[in-house]
Amino acid sequence: MDIETRHILECLEQDARVTHEEIATLTGIPIEEANKRIKELEDAGVIRKYRASIDWDLAGDEHVYAIIELKVTLERNRGYQAIAERLYKFPEVRSVRLLSGQYDLSLTVMGKTMKEVAFFVAEKISTIEQVQHTTTHFVLKTYKEDGVILQEQEENNRLIVTP
Amino acid sequence: MQKKCNSERFVADVMTKVPPSGIRKYFDLASGIEGVISLGVGEPDFVTPWHIREACIHSLETGKTSYTSNYGLIELREEISKLYSHKHSTHYDPDSEILVMSGVSEALDVAIRAITNPGDEIIVPQPAYVAYVPSVMFAGGVPVPVVTKLGNHFKLTAEDLENAITPKTKAVIMNYPNNPTGAIMGRKDLEAIAKVVSEHDIMVISDEVYECLTYNGSHTCFATIDGMKERTILLNGFSKAYAMTGFRLAYALAPSPIINAMIRIHQYCMLCAPITAQVGAIEALRNGNEEMQRMIRDYDRRRHLIVSGLNKIGLECYEPKGAFYAFPSVRNTGLTSGEFAERLLHEQKVVTIPGDVFGPAGEGFLRCSYATSKNQIAEALERINRFMESL
Repeated sequence: MDIETRHILECLEQDARVTHEEIATLTGIPIEEANKRIKELEDAGVIRKYRASIDWDLAGDEHVYAIIELKVTLERNRGYQAIAERLYKFPEVRSVRLLSGQYDLSLTVMGKTMKEVAFFVAEKISTIEQVQHTTTHFVLKTYKEDGVILQEQEENNRLIVTP
Repeated sequence: MQKKCNSERFVADVMTKVPPSGIRKYFDLASGIEGVISLGVGEPDFVTPWHIREACIHSLETGKTSYTSNYGLIELREEISKLYSHKHSTHYDPDSEILVMSGVSEALDVAIRAITNPGDEIIVPQPAYVAYVPSVMFAGGVPVPVVTKLGNHFKLTAEDLENAITPKTKAVIMNYPNNPTGAIMGRKDLEAIAKVVSEHDIMVISDEVYECLTYNGSHTCFATIDGMKERTILLNGFSKAYAMTGFRLAYALAPSPIINAMIRIHQYCMLCAPITAQVGAIEALRNGNEEMQRMIRDYDRRRHLIVSGLNKIGLECYEPKGAFYAFPSVRNTGLTSGEFAERLLHEQKVVTIPGDVFGPAGEGFLRCSYATSKNQIAEALERINRFMESL
């Protein structure tokens, strides 16, 4: 990756609302060039989506999250792909990861209440033919998500003027 | 009956000649005002990367609280030696040519004292960091200012250096990347200086604390110019590159006779740099590069933002290639830099440092630090624009 691309991506990662003009100013890249490069990054799927990082708890819309560990049996010729596709189609399922170790897949499931999540797992996940075993861990508190600390950040108490 | 005592008469004469730092005045002026945006801060706005802090915490937990060798921990000196081998292809012997110190401020003071006889002249290119002239005076030397100019992008020229040299000249203090101008000097520029230094048989104290903050290209270490290693006291530290200002940790690299002289001062006035900071520095050198590069890219973007912003407002600002300062000219406003800075503070609540604080050569310029967040810089630029329109 060249240094200009890295600059553009870091600008957007820090603040998705930064305008192309601002990116051009911040990086010293001419605006036409910046437009072109951002379009290319979008088309290539490097930039997947522009979104806000929201603390829903603080907004008063409390959700319940659970991490679900799954042990599965594999379908011939299709590996983990088929079961992963089956799982990620549920909107309740926020993430699907294939892991090394004692179990195979890890899901993050979101719901309004613990009961709702528990029933979703029992009815929709456990009943899938390839799923042998599930373990549900409810999330009690999230301290950091996607590199963002969801609490008061430490302050750098610099003096107002220093040499 | 006891004699009446006027304590002031005990103060050494040299103190009356060394005024308090001009920067201090702006600290006092700004301190009482609410809602101030400061472009007056000469330190990173990042906190020290966590892995470095964590290494220090662990060292405290395991009871590393003792003195170290006067030279500093050998592991740290070895890491510093490795850094210069890898980065600058030059070798400094960890046993005799490296001295770990409490900040470049201490290193500077000790370096000057170690080479200065009473009356020796030390050349200080200006605008210059505020400590150079006083440090020379405290050592009994005579500071000789040399003006660097905007037309030369504030580089020291061989001609100007040569004109300032007299039979009493002992050394010149170089500081590139430069505080306050953001100037850098490339290999060709330094080779021209080296020629004069050699011909007149003087030394160079090269303060390279902003080395890592060099944009669009790499830093040339003065000691790597042919024949200069024997003539250079190289000073560098962890404050700027690793956001470790409060740790007070730096080092001097020099030929062993010079280190030998410096350690005689350092061992009696400081003994050794704090061990916790030294442990942090080892961690910084071993594992700190990625975080440092991330911070540097951030500074680089803010540099573009502030330089283009100042030029748009009508404050002519050349592109600084290093450090984290923009140094725009305020001459077209008809105000002195002191008037400009004070009025800007009172009328729009933006702190900047007037250039004359860094010597008379800085008059007509303003030091604006961009070691502050993008949003703060954008807001400061808006306020400066309002101020300019009100003139």
